[in-house]
Amino acid sequence: MSKFSKKRGKSSPAINTASLPDIVFMLLFFFMVVTKLRDSELLVQVSTPFATQLAKLEEKSLVNYLYIGRPTEKYRNIYGTKPRLQLGDKFAAISEIPLFLERFKVKVPEVQRAKITSSLRVDGKVTMGIVQDVKTELRKASQLKVNYSAKKRPDAE
Amino acid sequence: MAKRSSRDRMSTEINAGSMADIAFLLLIFFLVTTTIVEDKGITVKLPPWSEETPDITQLKSRNVFAVLVNARNELLVRGEPMSIDVLRERAKEFIANPANREDLAEKPTKAIISLKNDRGTNYETYLSVYNELKAAYDELWTELSQRKYGVPYSEDLPTAWRKTIKDEIPMVLSEAEPTNFGEEN
Repeated sequence: MSKFSKKRGKSSPAINTASLPDIVFMLLFFFMVVTKLRDSELLVQVSTPFATQLAKLEEKSLVNYLYIGRPTEKYRNIYGTKPRLQLGDKFAAISEIPLFLERFKVKVPEVQRAKITSSLRVDGKVTMGIVQDVKTELRKASQLKVNYSAKKRPDAE
Repeated sequence: MAKRSSRDRMSTEINAGSMADIAFLLLIFFLVTTTIVEDKGITVKLPPWSEETPDITQLKSRNVFAVLVNARNELLVRGEPMSIDVLRERAKEFIANPANREDLAEKPTKAIISLKNDRGTNYETYLSVYNELKAAYDELWTELSQRKYGVPYSEDLPTAWRKTIKDEIPMVLSEAEPTNFGEEN
């Protein structure tokens, strides 16, 4: 017993841990900046196609998202496999688009309303029928700024 | 009692000096592995809604570059089947018309690209066709910008420059109401 205590007593490493909180905060801030918070769970499968002529979406607060794709496996037995539209965190009919846009609009200051962009996140395997219907509805609601979400083609220079 | 005192002597603090190393290790690990999600895409401006469909038959046929995509994702450009790989080149040639050919656009300002798809066309195909047509314009803008200002075209150019370029080669892409032959059920 005495043998042990002697040994430990000699090497008493009192390392200062005052910097530990800094490190943890650094990590925290890093992830706060890097991670993109998704406000809604995806109910449809969306794998956007590839393209080359891409533009970045500038202000995230002025972007609303419309998802189009086939329901994920979880929802397949209720909603089938036909491509569907998702607004916010639930499935929606095409006719609900104007209300969705209006709800988004009221949250944006009036001067910035002309800059609102609709990001269409559409699965590559979906046929144009539903996309066309959504586009028509957007035009009717005079939401004309649209971004077709796409990934950068890996072989592009 | 004796036991306890010996414990107190041993160490009252946990050695946390290596914690920083672990934290850094984690930090570097995530720095390397995370790909920052960026929202990118093709930005388009949809035409305002109007009940009557625009009539392109009144235009001179030499000024119209009609692109049709059917439900089997095949292209028909100006009445001939075409592969998507050459679409960009053909579109560029049509708009710029460097050889002043009779059957291509009179001048870039008069060129109109008409895109029509079927409701059964794959979105992927539609977007890549759109991408190629946009790329044709982008390349023409870059060429013109290089000639005029010596810099490639980008959104960062002064507004006046961009306006001059877009006045010379405006992007006119009209999308017709799609046909409905291959809509899936």
